[in-house]
Amino acid sequence: MLNLVALILLFPLIGSAMNGLFGRRLRKESIGYIACGAIGLSFFISVLVFIGLLLLPPEERIFEKHLFSWIQSGSFNAAVGFQVDPLSSLMILIVTGVGFLIHIYSMGYMHDDKGYHRYFSYLNLFTFSMLLLVLSNNFLLMFVGWEAVGLCSYLLIGFWFEKKSASDAAKKAFVVNRVGDFGFALGIMLIFLTFHSIDFTEVFNAASHGEFAIGNITITLITLLLFMGAAGKSAQIPLYTWLPDAMEGPTPVSALIHAATMVTAGVYMIARCNVLYMLSPFTMTVVASIGATTALFAASIGLMQNDIKRVLAYSTISQLGYMFLACGVGAFTAGIFHLMTHAFFKALLFLGSGSVIHALSGEQDMRKMGGLKNHIPITYKTFLIGTVAIAGIPPFAGFFSKDEILLEAFVRGNVIYWSIGAFAAFLTAFYMFRLLFMTFHGESRVDPHVKEHLHESPRNMTIPLIILAGLSIIGGFWGLPGASALNHFLSPVFGGHGHNEMHGVEAGAHHGIGLPSLMMVVSTLIAIGGIWLAYQMYVKKQELPKKLAERFALPYRILYNKYYVDEIYDAIFVNPVKKISVQLWKKVDAMMIDGSVNGVARFVTGTSNIFRFLQTGYVRNYAFYIVVGCIFILILTTWLNK
Amino acid sequence: MNLPILTLITFLPIVGVILILSIDSRHKELIRVTSLLVSIVVFLISLPLYFIFDTNTYDMQFVEKLRWIPSFGISYHLGIDGISLFLVLLTTFITPITILASWHVERNVKEYMIAMLVLETGMVGVFVSLDVFLFYVFWELMLIPMYLIIGIWGGQRRIYAAVKFFIYTMAGSVFMLLAIIGLFFLNYRATGEYTFNLLEFYRMDISYAVQFWLFLAFFMAFAIKVPMFPLHTWLPDAHVEAPTAGSVILAGVLLKMGTYGFVRFCLPLFPEASHAFIPVISWMAIVGIIYGALVAMVQEDLKKLVAYSSVSHLGFVMMGIFAFNIQGIEGGITQMINHGLSTGALFLIVGMLYERRHTRLISDYGGLTKQIPVFATLFMIVTFSSIGLPGLNGFVGEFLILVGMFKSRILYASIATSGIILAAVYMLWMFQRVMFQNITHEENKTLKDVSKRELAVMIPILLVIFWIGIYPNAFLRKMDSSVKHLLEQVERKVLVTPNIQKQDNPDLHDNSIPKIDIVPEKETEW
Repeated sequence: MLNLVALILLFPLIGSAMNGLFGRRLRKESIGYIACGAIGLSFFISVLVFIGLLLLPPEERIFEKHLFSWIQSGSFNAAVGFQVDPLSSLMILIVTGVGFLIHIYSMGYMHDDKGYHRYFSYLNLFTFSMLLLVLSNNFLLMFVGWEAVGLCSYLLIGFWFEKKSASDAAKKAFVVNRVGDFGFALGIMLIFLTFHSIDFTEVFNAASHGEFAIGNITITLITLLLFMGAAGKSAQIPLYTWLPDAMEGPTPVSALIHAATMVTAGVYMIARCNVLYMLSPFTMTVVASIGATTALFAASIGLMQNDIKRVLAYSTISQLGYMFLACGVGAFTAGIFHLMTHAFFKALLFLGSGSVIHALSGEQDMRKMGGLKNHIPITYKTFLIGTVAIAGIPPFAGFFSKDEILLEAFVRGNVIYWSIGAFAAFLTAFYMFRLLFMTFHGESRVDPHVKEHLHESPRNMTIPLIILAGLSIIGGFWGLPGASALNHFLSPVFGGHGHNEMHGVEAGAHHGIGLPSLMMVVSTLIAIGGIWLAYQMYVKKQELPKKLAERFALPYRILYNKYYVDEIYDAIFVNPVKKISVQLWKKVDAMMIDGSVNGVARFVTGTSNIFRFLQTGYVRNYAFYIVVGCIFILILTTWLNK
Repeated sequence: MNLPILTLITFLPIVGVILILSIDSRHKELIRVTSLLVSIVVFLISLPLYFIFDTNTYDMQFVEKLRWIPSFGISYHLGIDGISLFLVLLTTFITPITILASWHVERNVKEYMIAMLVLETGMVGVFVSLDVFLFYVFWELMLIPMYLIIGIWGGQRRIYAAVKFFIYTMAGSVFMLLAIIGLFFLNYRATGEYTFNLLEFYRMDISYAVQFWLFLAFFMAFAIKVPMFPLHTWLPDAHVEAPTAGSVILAGVLLKMGTYGFVRFCLPLFPEASHAFIPVISWMAIVGIIYGALVAMVQEDLKKLVAYSSVSHLGFVMMGIFAFNIQGIEGGITQMINHGLSTGALFLIVGMLYERRHTRLISDYGGLTKQIPVFATLFMIVTFSSIGLPGLNGFVGEFLILVGMFKSRILYASIATSGIILAAVYMLWMFQRVMFQNITHEENKTLKDVSKRELAVMIPILLVIFWIGIYPNAFLRKMDSSVKHLLEQVERKVLVTPNIQKQDNPDLHDNSIPKIDIVPEKETEW
């Protein structure tokens, strides 16, 4: 079984290498088949591994395979080794499964791009890196995957590098992620210093065996540093700004990397380190607060965006916030559950938006859409399912996972978390239906030229949409409240804590049997409220948004400009650093340091020039100096003898 | 080991020089091929060093010892250990590459190639000498060809740069010479014997006050060579004016002589003084890391950018060495090799651009990826190697250094780690402006992609970049014995000498921090 795991990683790597090295000489079909075939095989093996795991009794569902020692120096030892357990097996299933669908979709979407082989090479490399991230059995190898997905993200955001905006966005994504990685790297070092190991098993064993009291300051520091990395990769406040810009990449990339898989790596990391996080209530509070704040903050920005992909990007940030909220209150299962359902419906929404963009020959501005539902019916229907799922209407996938997070936030956290989450859910329902109405309903605002070419996407694009729509409908049943198969499956990883049957529902029972059911009703009502409002504003009284914008000009402008965060960051960090650097170069380096170096040189030449005049070459001058010298010495000695 | 491998690789280039002298200077191609072949043969002869090298001993290996000037106890004494092994290999590896990269040099080819080969002898000699006098001879010897390479085949301000380079280095060397003579007499007073044998010097017990001054003298020579902030301003000038091969060798090997000197001389000879200097050197290194990165960021000239990035990278190396533990020093040595490869490769890349467009200004480029995709791929790999992406070489050294420093001084390591953010900023910004976006200059629309010769120059480096990144243990294991021995040497001396404050010592040794919870223990360090 473990040897199979190596194959999961190997196929995408080979696919990437083949397309990267020889893609230029291959036909487009071959390129696509190689890439999809590689991921397809990986997916197939992942399913086998998953089934193999299910067949075992729960306590035996963990395997480790040590391949070789990677960096070893003194007692520092980082291995290349893999770990298969319920959590990682679930992750590889999502990564290869959703990844496979997106690869197929890409064959259609990218068909006319001249960088076709480059695209698939990167996409396979990304899948490899992401699998490495989730399969590694130690922190440093995880960090390798972590950075490698960052690299692929960089390459794919900047895929159309001729565009300045795209290459800017790629750079921004990498650099902002590096800020997070700075924390992650320090976290790993502190882990090594504290535990003398960076292996998951050893670290978590040591941590869970009571060597550290709850609230231990070192553990708090470690978890905060790791969370810094997570906040970078998963686009949480204050490091979220790269994700909206990342939409410069091709849309399937946004679906795969910036919605379904890579951005959830932070959630995965925290869930993986749940043992450590449970030891630090302070960090947990930080995680939950940042998660909740981000959920609300990003949702509010999503209200006013007009670019279809940007709305989805802010929505992703907001949904990731929910996942962190769940982790922060200790409901790791709920976080992972939402990660999974989100992978389905957000991938669906992105691919759907890609299909819209494809139909409109590249148009992304929703103000130039409208009334598309009859032109691209499959896209519309699947998109509708995705929208309903994210809005949280039962029995779609998003409902169960979001509802569970809200319930947990209420039971384990407090009313504030719950109300923030609930309000963000209301906003989510609103902006998603706003998007749906603006795009597919109402009058067509499509440019007449574009309108002539309106067409439904080819089959290799619509079939992934249909499959994902199916998953968005049924994906939630795996985590039905009270009878959650997912809870049961993940319990070996999350032990006593991420288990809501033990804490959540029990505590729920304490509040009265009806709490979970009551919560469900409330959640549903909130979602319906959001949808109703969107319907009022964007279908019935379409003049309303404009009026409101005029009435509340200031809040509108702030939201429309995304709270000016990018501008603030530029003013506080980017520009001062540039200015200081120029000063350092021109003033400190050139004038002060080099100036003094050259000053010494000038001084030496200058004084030598003076003394040079003494060396005239005339004997009479030298004789004169001798006489003067003698007299001087005579005077000096007589004066001294006195 | 009867074959004198070290002598062979040190002096075979001189044989090559004699060969070239016998060729008429009009036969340029023949001269090029001859020097390339000679340098490849040197590399091939040096390869067995890696395979035969005995990892179980810290003793010097492949030792050759002949009397040279017996009246002063000067001998021809060569040998390598796990520390110098890779620097020797790096030198023999880089030299043929730079010769191949200098194919386009048309002016005074004969003299050029002679200078390159003499340079190789000097560089290898520095790394293999165990007699301090011999070391000094090689140290000065290698200055001359480098001075000529910059001064004759350099750019517009070549004379200024060459003189600056020469005088700067000489100024440092003078202090070192004084210190060497000092060591000689100190040893004479202690043992009654005249010798310049470094291994004998290691046995001396020098009082702290004397150590302090001798350390300072060596420090001047090495810190200039590294170069450490604020002694670095010769470097950008030398790099900018030097021809491509000169820059590559300068970055690849010459800068390593400084850091090597610290490991070979300062640490084992003056352990207490080295300890006392930890804060000073660490802060210089930290400032160098951040300052170098910031200044690199705003450079308009590609070569200057890479030169300032060297200041930043070498700051990491110094930091690792002065972490005084196994991760730090092994990381430092690894990073010396890495910097040689990555920065060397960057200079080669810039050189290729320069050959095509005769400009080094970033603003003269832009959008090249479209025109020269293979070049773009090479460039990108090298860029990410320099940024320290895991899986490539740079990460291994950087991370070990930081782990090492983190173990001894958390605050220093934390500040230095921010350098990884800045590295991404200046490298990616540069890459974006050169390679991405649309082509804005007409001249760039006709650029030719890499030639076979250029591929032959880059591929070997890239292979090693991946090799170190994926399997660094192949390198680290060879260092273990020597580095451990070095640390023992240092630790022993520091422990027996009373005049050093113990609490100022971070853990010298790998196993000397048994505490689990480090925070209370380390509070003073924050």
